[in-house]
Amino acid sequence: MSRFILRRLGFLTLTVLLTSLLVFIVTQWLPGDVCRIILGREAGQGAIENCRLELGLDQSLPVQYLTWLGNFLTGDWGISFSTGLPIYPIVMDRLRNSLMLTLVALIISVPLAVALGVAAGLNENKPIDSTVSVGSLSVVGLPEFVTGLVLIQVFSFGLRDLGLPYLPANSSIPPQSTFLEALPMLILPALTAMLVLLAYISRLTRAGVLEELKQPYVRTADLKGLPRRNVIVKHVLRNALLPTITVIAISIGWLISGLVVIENVFNYPGLGRLMIFAIDRRDLPLLQAVIMVTVLGFALANLAADLLYGWLNPRIRLE
Amino acid sequence: MTNSSVLDIRDLTVAYHQDGQWLNAVHDVSLKIHAGETYGLVGESGSGKTTLVLAAMRYLGSGGSIRSGEIHLGDIDLMSLTEEELRQVWGRKIAFVPQNPQSSLNPSLRVGEQLVESINPQGELSPREAEKQALEWCAKVNLPDPERMAESYPHQISGGMQQRLLIAMALSTDPDLLILDEPTTNLDVTTQVVILDLLNDLIRENEAGVLYVTHNLGVIAQICDRVGVMYASEVVEEAPTHNLFSQPLHPYTQGLIDSIPQLGDTRESIQLRAISGQIPSIGKSPSGCVFRDRCPVAIEICSTRPPLYQVGESRTSRCHRWEEIVNSEIDIHQPSPGRKPTQSGDQDGPLTLETNDLSIHFPIRRSLNEVFSRQPSKSVKAVNQVDLGISPASTVGLVGESGSGKTTLARGIMGLEKKSDGSIELLQIPLPEKLFQRDLETLRLMQIVFQNPHEALNPYLPIGETLQRPLIRLAGLSNEEADIKVRELLELVRLSADYAGRLPSQLSGGEIQRVALARAFAANPELLILDEPISSLDVSVQAAILNLVNELQSDHHNSMLFISHDLSIVGYLADQIVVIYLGSLMEITGPEVLFQPPHHPYTEALLSAIPQADPNIKSSPIHLAGEIPNPADLPSGCPFHTRCPRYLGEICATTTPPWQVDQKTGKRIFCHIPLEELVANQIQIDISSAAKP
Ligand code: SF4
Ligand code: SF4
Repeated sequence: MSRFILRRLGFLTLTVLLTSLLVFIVTQWLPGDVCRIILGREAGQGAIENCRLELGLDQSLPVQYLTWLGNFLTGDWGISFSTGLPIYPIVMDRLRNSLMLTLVALIISVPLAVALGVAAGLNENKPIDSTVSVGSLSVVGLPEFVTGLVLIQVFSFGLRDLGLPYLPANSSIPPQSTFLEALPMLILPALTAMLVLLAYISRLTRAGVLEELKQPYVRTADLKGLPRRNVIVKHVLRNALLPTITVIAISIGWLISGLVVIENVFNYPGLGRLMIFAIDRRDLPLLQAVIMVTVLGFALANLAADLLYGWLNPRIRLE
Repeated sequence: MTNSSVLDIRDLTVAYHQDGQWLNAVHDVSLKIHAGETYGLVGESGSGKTTLVLAAMRYLGSGGSIRSGEIHLGDIDLMSLTEEELRQVWGRKIAFVPQNPQSSLNPSLRVGEQLVESINPQGELSPREAEKQALEWCAKVNLPDPERMAESYPHQISGGMQQRLLIAMALSTDPDLLILDEPTTNLDVTTQVVILDLLNDLIRENEAGVLYVTHNLGVIAQICDRVGVMYASEVVEEAPTHNLFSQPLHPYTQGLIDSIPQLGDTRESIQLRAISGQIPSIGKSPSGCVFRDRCPVAIEICSTRPPLYQVGESRTSRCHRWEEIVNSEIDIHQPSPGRKPTQSGDQDGPLTLETNDLSIHFPIRRSLNEVFSRQPSKSVKAVNQVDLGISPASTVGLVGESGSGKTTLARGIMGLEKKSDGSIELLQIPLPEKLFQRDLETLRLMQIVFQNPHEALNPYLPIGETLQRPLIRLAGLSNEEADIKVRELLELVRLSADYAGRLPSQLSGGEIQRVALARAFAANPELLILDEPISSLDVSVQAAILNLVNELQSDHHNSMLFISHDLSIVGYLADQIVVIYLGSLMEITGPEVLFQPPHHPYTEALLSAIPQADPNIKSSPIHLAGEIPNPADLPSGCPFHTRCPRYLGEICATTTPPWQVDQKTGKRIFCHIPLEELVANQIQIDISSAAKP
């Protein structure tokens, strides 16, 4: 197992380094001179030269890359071109928001998705199975902005019009809100994300359950005279949920940074919207930082998935 | 008690729902098993025997359904129970030992926990008490180091140990009925015999009724009291074991017995009689007698379904002509295969194939840690210093258990594995090491047929094209010439010309193996390597393939290397038998002296372990201690010394044994014990061919 972990960690480092290189190269290629962007069209040649010196742009590319990487690793992420503010706190604040959303989305989707998947798998081709399949597939087909708007229509405006307590349609939480303060505004975006995850996770869980039910060890367990409940919980689910757990861990990466559409619909200040903002303003240092955090998020989620899988699976753990 | 039997099945019919109709997998079967009795159910794959035993526990998967009949377990009417109630019966009253121990254990639970579950399925015992019993059971089934064993996961223990565990699980609740479904089929003979002896002891102790399902007549003969023979969903004959073997009454039983070579049969002494045709697939058996289209004595009346005739006190048969058969008025043997395969061609002259000191080692990658701490690099030593010679027009049978390196050796000769040392000569010309360095002619000269031909044939290519391609590409034939040749090849392997248009998926296993043989013979090879060519086939078609191989060889005078785990088959077919263990040759012997001492201690154990299809032979099998060692950690001295029952001492563990040649039998034996001493201490293995024509 320790070899397994070491290997995974090695992969992780390699991935992150490679992406950092890619990010660096790509941003070098973007059209337009950085200092021109910062100082505006009217700036004189002298000011531009000064700016270049200050940013180290006169150095060779490898040196620039290493300096940038070193700074990144030590938390010195520079100043955002467009806002003139330090990048680190901005990104961290957004990351925090994204993590809160991720947490809520996971809490409401995973138990439901797994339960539906297990129910469908245990009742193959029975009404409950078809209902789950048709239901989740039809929802996953809808774009997130549609489901988002429908949810707003129902839970925000609809409930309000009925004079009932309702959920806010706008989720633009103020900076530094605590989790509890933010919670009411997290529910609708998290529900929207759930609709996407639901189909995905429940289908996979169903497939896992069906696959394991066919295994001869289930017959052994049944014919021992174990109560069916024990057979399912102790034997079937233990193995059937292994791939599900992996997928959940991987989807954390998507939840952290991939919710661009949902964040936009709900006006939620997460990492996704920050990335769009950085692209819009050609704010290169900000964009670099956001991408790096995103990649790290994905890589860590994958690592967690691998380790969890390895740990739960004795055939890997005891290698 | 109203009922002295532990299991009483009456007129049971089980069907599967398929494409809108019900297909019978078990048709009208009745059987009774008494306490303390071991009942053997023998049948080929597809006969319905597994469905029958699952139905007997009322454990049928979705799709299967009991259409009619009664099942009584002692006083319990199984058909009247709800699923809840069935779970009270399973495990406690009926216990089941499955065929594939590996997949029948949950991979993510410790084996100790799985055993505890069996002992305590509904949690009546205290956990401590259950654990104590679990450890006791580990010891009872001779699992070494029970405490550590209990902490292991299934993948950490060998197949033999897994099966012992499953047996412990089954017997731990003291069931009235024990059902064993091919419990030793995937195990090596030396492991099988240990398991069978263990089962025998435990069963005697336990007084349970036993339903033992297998396709292996040898196992039936050795451990069962009574036998039911199943064919195409029906039990066609039932008899006490010794009666069944001394006078089979149903033509199918006779065919089955005749189609497998027994220990001691050689191709000179015995003709295998294959059962013509094929096993009907489920729901496709002929109307009337299910065996009608393959029966050598079918007559008009056979198109009506024979009832179960009671023959004497204790036998039944589903054959209209049972009276004539009992009185030996008709001959129910399958027709003999035309001619007796004879030893062909001139076996003198330079060897077709010769290996000298051939070794094949696979390096194991070292971890970073091992590299830094300068540990020597290790390798899996699959084949070690093998000297093998195959004379022209002769067959060498290479026999070994799993992990013996026999397949690696074959692949090495073919150039599919890289040799680490030694030489391989074909027709006295050294072979280049790698496949791609060999020229077309060399490739043509050696052909191989694999165990699972489905993997070796392109599934999307019609048979004709599979055969045609090498003819056009390699032999340079025109399309028309190739067409003619394909027809000839199909005829050669007794397939009609219309097979050329079929896809591999439309062929049965036996037919596919014929195609693989045809493809090999298309090149007219000097050396044909057959790697377990019949072990994935149904018993009743194995003989046909063996006969075909024999005939092809006597016509074409090529040399053959026939690889098998089955000493009886190798003994039947080969001119010379080579026994391999852990990558090293142990003994080289002729088939006619195989049973005559001296034996290599390993061969002796192998021979004694084979269950013979003759209940009159009571064998006394030699148990080998422990497991086959890891080929990465080859024992020093004699590779067999860690398990050898005749271990001499120091010398075996330190010094490589010499090859001794026995003047009388011509055997060559790789052992330190002087041959005279072996002769003095070994007894002749008892064999008989009583059941043969
Ligand atoms: S009933 Fe007829 S066809 Fe069937 S086994 Fe007897 S003789 Fe053969
Ligand atoms: S050399 Fe020794 S260990 Fe090897 S087979 Fe002979 S007696 Fe047994």
